[in-house]
Amino acid sequence: MINYKTRKYTISKGLDDYFTGIHKAYIFTALFFKEAFKRPFHLREVINQCFEVGLKSLALISLTGFIVGIVFTKQSRPSLEDFGATSWLPSLIGIAIIKALGPLVTALICAGKVGSSIGAELGSMRVTEQIDAMEVSAINPFKYLVVTRVMATTIAIPVLALYCSFVALYGSYINVHAEETVSIISFYQNAFKTINFLDITTAVFKTIVYGFTIGIVGCYKGYNATQGTRGVGKAANQAVVLAMFLIFVEEVMIVQVSNWMRYF
Amino acid sequence: MKNLKQHIINTEESVITITGLYKSFDDLQVLKGIDFNLFKGENIAVLGKSGTGKSVLIKIIVGLLKPDHGEVLVLGKHVDQLKTKELDALRLRIGFSFQNSALYDSMNVFQNLAFPLTMNIKNLSKGEVKDAVEEVLESVGLKDKLKQMPSDLSGGQRKRIGIARTLILKPEIMLYDEPTSGLDPVTSAEINELINEVQQEYNTSSVIITHDLTCAKNTGNRIALMFDGKFLKVGTFAEVFDTDDEQVKGFFNYNFIQ
Ligand SMILES: Nc1ncnc2c1ncn2[C@@H]1O[C@H](COP(=O)(O)OP(=O)(O)O)[C@@H](O)[C@H]1O
Ligand SMILES: [Mg+2]
Repeated sequence: MINYKTRKYTISKGLDDYFTGIHKAYIFTALFFKEAFKRPFHLREVINQCFEVGLKSLALISLTGFIVGIVFTKQSRPSLEDFGATSWLPSLIGIAIIKALGPLVTALICAGKVGSSIGAELGSMRVTEQIDAMEVSAINPFKYLVVTRVMATTIAIPVLALYCSFVALYGSYINVHAEETVSIISFYQNAFKTINFLDITTAVFKTIVYGFTIGIVGCYKGYNATQGTRGVGKAANQAVVLAMFLIFVEEVMIVQVSNWMRYF
Repeated sequence: MKNLKQHIINTEESVITITGLYKSFDDLQVLKGIDFNLFKGENIAVLGKSGTGKSVLIKIIVGLLKPDHGEVLVLGKHVDQLKTKELDALRLRIGFSFQNSALYDSMNVFQNLAFPLTMNIKNLSKGEVKDAVEEVLESVGLKDKLKQMPSDLSGGQRKRIGIARTLILKPEIMLYDEPTSGLDPVTSAEINELINEVQQEYNTSSVIITHDLTCAKNTGNRIALMFDGKFLKVGTFAEVFDTDDEQVKGFFNYNFIQ
């Protein structure tokens, strides 16, 4: 009998899988950029998905943001009191929340809520052949499912992060207001006093990167799910783990680069 | 009825021609040299036990999988050599009914049916879409299920909606993957009836993948018996099963003892 396809492992099964996995993820991301700028754009589906992302995570982000604001302020107060510098509290909180906590908290919550649900949804569509069904009806499932979702997370998560920062600052204001008389306007003014244009740009850029990461990782894991229903759970789980890992790596890199830029 | 069916089959014209088709996954050889013809207007039932590669065969026909070797001509086109646009154009002429129906479970019945239509044909009015949906729902006998979600339908109803969803694009070829699997005998008989009605009403040529002898007998003008990645025998039901071949008889007995 003729064997038309024989394949041996180049290094070992594990390492081969690791490198082909990276290659596959790269191809997947490249395909996104190729398809994203071609018609049809499925704008309505992008908007739907934006609402999905927002609605799924809004409550949790509000709560977490608020609590982070209060707790961070409470924790910082004693240290500043030692130096008699509690009037610096708003600026300190502003820097911490706008530059670091707001984007990061939002990204991690969305990785958990949005990333996993994208992974599970596309995963179940894959294993129940709904993605194949789209393909045989001459609909490009990559465009309709993947591109729209990645667009949506890339748009919605920066907005959510901005919202999270404001809620966190408000939580902080409540704590500050309880101890000192300060109007909300002057609190926000103080919070933003030490924030410059580069900080804002970096924060927005960061959240765009996080949003893209969450979307593309969730889609990649879901779209390539295998092994029936077990694969769906695996896809959802891996989507969260990988997205969070990448978010931390990106955080470190972006902070580093933006610090270099500060001295130019 | 059988006689009526014979009349519309045009043995001069093949809509699917497969020669020397091989397909393997890694080390697993699935298809090992398939040759066959589907004539215009004909229903061919591909019969074989599960895991022999029946689904792989029709997925190759519709371009979801690529053959390793061999020629697959569908409506005169080499499926594996088409560009995306050409492949999409060809797919619009082929209906594919999935084993587990593959209904979009985030959409209700109406949206499921309208989706392939509105995504492929631009600028349809709401009325036109509604008419088309109602027409195919009528064909499959489920006119009252417009607003239901797929999860609220029975297995047989899901199969019907799945078939309706492919009919809405008026295909020339229908590919059914296990249309009766997981259904009770009465519902299976209704689906077999539906497959025959589709052949008549929509003038389709069909490949029906099944491991159910009753289904093969009632829907297939010809039967192809698949065994270990090859077609063991092709012909009418009588031609295929009137034999002393042990493998064929084994399959026949197995099905009817069950
Ligand atoms: N995409 C795939 N990747 C790897 N193996 C596959 C794939 N699709 C099918 N197979 C294998 O091919 C064989 C035939 O599958 P299939 O065509 O689904 O059988 P059936 O005749 O029951 O429809 C099975 O052993 C299955 O595991
Ligand atoms: Mg099968």
